[in-house]
Amino acid sequence: MALGGCRSFSALAELPDTHQILRQTCRDFADRELTPIAGRLDREHAFPLKQVQELGAMGVMAMEVPEELGGAGMDYLAYSLAVEEISRGCASTGCVVSVNNSLYIGPVLKFGTEEQKTEWITPFTTGEKVGCFALSEPGNGSDAGAASTVARQEGDEWVLNGTKAWITNSWDAAATVVFATTDKKLKHKGISAFLIPMPHPGLSLGKKEDKLGIKATSTANIILEDCRVPLGNMLGPRGAGFKIAMQTLDSGRIGIAAQALGIAQASLDCAADYAHKRIAFGAPIGKLQAVQFKLADMNVAVESARLLTWKAALLRDSKKPFTKEAAMAKLTASEAVTFCSHQAIQVLGGMGYVSDMPAERHYRDARITEIYEGTSEIQRLVIAGQILKEYQA
Amino acid sequence: MHFWARTVNIFSTFHLKTWSRSACQCHNQIRVKPDNSSVVTDGVKHSMNPFCEIAVEEAVKLKEKKLIKEVVAVSCGPQQAQETIRTALAMGADRGIHVEVSGKDYETLGPLQVSKIMAALAKKEEAQLVILGKQAIDDDCNQTGQMTAALLDWPQGTFASEVAFDGDKIKVVREIDGGLETIMISSPAVITADLRLNTPRYATLPNIMKAKKKKIANVKPADLGVDLTSRLEVLRVDEPPQREAGVKVETVDDLVSKLKDAGRL
Repeated sequence: MALGGCRSFSALAELPDTHQILRQTCRDFADRELTPIAGRLDREHAFPLKQVQELGAMGVMAMEVPEELGGAGMDYLAYSLAVEEISRGCASTGCVVSVNNSLYIGPVLKFGTEEQKTEWITPFTTGEKVGCFALSEPGNGSDAGAASTVARQEGDEWVLNGTKAWITNSWDAAATVVFATTDKKLKHKGISAFLIPMPHPGLSLGKKEDKLGIKATSTANIILEDCRVPLGNMLGPRGAGFKIAMQTLDSGRIGIAAQALGIAQASLDCAADYAHKRIAFGAPIGKLQAVQFKLADMNVAVESARLLTWKAALLRDSKKPFTKEAAMAKLTASEAVTFCSHQAIQVLGGMGYVSDMPAERHYRDARITEIYEGTSEIQRLVIAGQILKEYQA
Repeated sequence: MHFWARTVNIFSTFHLKTWSRSACQCHNQIRVKPDNSSVVTDGVKHSMNPFCEIAVEEAVKLKEKKLIKEVVAVSCGPQQAQETIRTALAMGADRGIHVEVSGKDYETLGPLQVSKIMAALAKKEEAQLVILGKQAIDDDCNQTGQMTAALLDWPQGTFASEVAFDGDKIKVVREIDGGLETIMISSPAVITADLRLNTPRYATLPNIMKAKKKKIANVKPADLGVDLTSRLEVLRVDEPPQREAGVKVETVDDLVSKLKDAGRL
């Protein structure tokens, strides 16, 4: 992306003009189109189809994709801003945006052939279709290298068998990136990536999980029973699946960090507003130091995580290594949103516990951010791994 | 309560100029300055006036229908006015003109001064159509469009809820107290946008990127030969009286006598 400011990191201090306009546009969209319906989407577990289509028309569903392929041609800093603002309005919609951009389009953009990009990216830029990412299995989440889904070659087809678990967007997706073992003896170096359209013979979906939060997204198992796809549906070289997954998740983490920031900011907004209006002990509760300390701690947590997220995005945009920073961003942002949403309920007291106020939804939506796309524990392992490498004698 | 920042005008022309304006955002708490001279605008977030957004949208739509050649967005105000112009560019305007007005001049800038600037620019740019928002949501003046038309001696189609080109005339459906009035006006003309004219688009990301490359020219009112001296003097600004508790009465007769006591009947 043509933004000289990125290289000098001055963007951390003040965002470039285009990014400010982008941020405001997404914020306006979230305020007008998402915030008013987020409660209903949560209650009804309703996929935000119309809003996803509108976001697609704006270019938000394929932000990094070059214009020739139908995308917005923007950078990851812009993407982080967009996901944060969208998530601030509705965390579920932010999740759909993030999964489509980072987890589905991301690997195809990076590892796909030109034909694959046209076939598997372009239709997914408009908001008409969304994709998903199938790595986790009932037997392994964090232990991604132990994939037990297998793919064998039969003539000019790959035949896949196995079950994937916890797949976000599964019931709403038109395609998936699936990871399966093609050479068991090579262990994690024997995993390959495949593109499968949905629906497709041999691919079925498990029941929609009844989740604590982000209820407007669908999460389910993907079951593969002699699912056949052409040889051309392999993404990247044979055996590169694990590497593709890990690199995809590195970028995906920035998206999830941004989602967490949006929810955290919404919690802070809710708490601060309440602190002005709620009168107790003869004055607005914002006058009480106990409440002030909470608001201060919440703001510090969000702002620090935000800067880490922007830094990770800027490093990625400058094509510098960003694995550690992305992990740090995801870790701090998800822990920040757990903290902020918890404290927001505390500030609201009883009102925080009922669905009249959005605080309880933010609390429930927040919780997943410490789990998916790498648990907080995995993030710590990733960060430590990088530190030890840096300090190697 | 809303408050206005500075006017952003967008000319759309065949050459069309639309006028858009910044106004304080709706959810700001507005406070009167301690000296009662005006409201506090420092640190208050401003954004494009909603009726101006509608004006920009209409201009961009006319261009998409190939009825006009070029949309020029105009704003009067300090440096921050450029942000509003950029938003208009991101929505599809072709270029911008920033008329620099700041400090004391900005504080006293009102519809008369703005319409003089607009008229001068419309002549200079040979605009065929000037589209403005019908009013700004902070001062609710609803004067600039009308004054601009008068200064240019152009016909005006105000409170437009529909604009259509009909041969060499423009058909404007106006929202009036009694309903809808349809008029035919010739161009060049001034139109002011009302709420139901259209639903403004969200800028698409590719257009936000393209807007960066679009030009914004800087102009001073003096360059246009416009005198910014205000003809109005604001004597005092006060907050509305604090809402007091109501009183319940038992009968209609009680109500009538209380209203009479309060001098309301």
